[in-house]
Amino acid sequence: MLAARVIQEQGVHVEGINFFTGFCVEGHTHAIRRRDVDKQKRNNALWVAEQLGIKLHIVDVIEEYKDVVLNPKHGYGQHLNPCLDCKIFMVNKAAAWAWAEENGFDFIITGEVIGQRPKSQRRETMPIVARESGADDRLLRPLCAKNLPETLPEREGWVDRSRLYDFHGRNRKPQIELAKQFGFTEYSQPAGGCCFLTDANYSKKLADLWRSRGSRDYELDDIMLLKVGRHLRPRPHFKVIVGREEGENHYLSGYKHQFVTLNTTSHPGPTALVDGENLDASDLTLAARIVARYSQGRDAPEVTVEAGYPGGDAMTLKIAPLASPELDPAWHV
Amino acid sequence: MSELIELDARRLLCPMPVIRTQDRIRTLNTGDRLVVHCTDPGVLHDIPAWCRINGHDVLETRTEGRDITITIEVR
Ligand code: SF4
Repeated sequence: MLAARVIQEQGVHVEGINFFTGFCVEGHTHAIRRRDVDKQKRNNALWVAEQLGIKLHIVDVIEEYKDVVLNPKHGYGQHLNPCLDCKIFMVNKAAAWAWAEENGFDFIITGEVIGQRPKSQRRETMPIVARESGADDRLLRPLCAKNLPETLPEREGWVDRSRLYDFHGRNRKPQIELAKQFGFTEYSQPAGGCCFLTDANYSKKLADLWRSRGSRDYELDDIMLLKVGRHLRPRPHFKVIVGREEGENHYLSGYKHQFVTLNTTSHPGPTALVDGENLDASDLTLAARIVARYSQGRDAPEVTVEAGYPGGDAMTLKIAPLASPELDPAWHV
Repeated sequence: MSELIELDARRLLCPMPVIRTQDRIRTLNTGDRLVVHCTDPGVLHDIPAWCRINGHDVLETRTEGRDITITIEVR
């Protein structure tokens, strides 16, 4: 946001580009959770574009991004976040879009600051992103440009280097100060990452998914479901995803054509999905007992659970909810 | 002749409905109308914001239960 405004101030026409990888922390996570419904669910990129008065292009990169997550050449950060490869990928995509004839842009800017992120925003990684993305010296970082070699837009006089910045390190004060100067009353750059891959619990669930399937791959539905509900894996070949409130229950029930869906019918309770193959009767009974444990019938001697199959068949199970000691904490993914 | 086009973005979560809207509008002409059907309440905020940024008009927003319909005029 700041980088864009710095360049706009120099009379340069700026447009925004935002990539949707499927892992982005966005409004949809709120939308799933009913209790967040009344909270403002704004899309951050759209909001920033509106503040800046620039156009924004949102690009779906879900498919292509898989290779970044599954095979990061530069490895992962603290969790399953392939930040450096991710930046290279995004700058490369942005460049392809920007240089395209119908768009005709001359250079790309990012808001990176040297030393702001321990792994992906270091002095050494800056040229790697520029080189490997193919953007080379058409990639300008207005917030720390003065600490970096001159780029094409500076050499050509498209932007005035003396009016760029030399921010570095984790101290955000100078940036907050600049935001104030620009009159941005609300300025919040996330201190953590911009996506779920930087989240320890989320990464654990993704690693569990790969392990259980015996292959490192995923579909959009898989990674969306990892954001929803409690995930319990009582046996290696299946896991149960239990909705935590109405919004999640509703979201999960949207998957009834893909998964076995469990609902308690004798007592109010959650909706749950069973994700696994070759499920036998004892697997289903165990899954139903877990679901019953999270229903209002948890202390009842018997709870009725309806199991719906993707094909439309249904089965009724009368089971005893799982008692506390029976639920192994290690099942929680 | 301006056209009336329908877009089904139900069950998609934001920002997918916005992306679908954006990509569809790219193929339309000024004066065409696009009716987007959605279920994620996030669109109530995101689609009008996207339209404001890109200069299109939101003519109508209707909510019936979980179904949301947004009518946009392409500018
Ligand atoms: S935190 Fe940001 S840079 Fe890192 S992987 Fe996620 S989107 Fe990419």
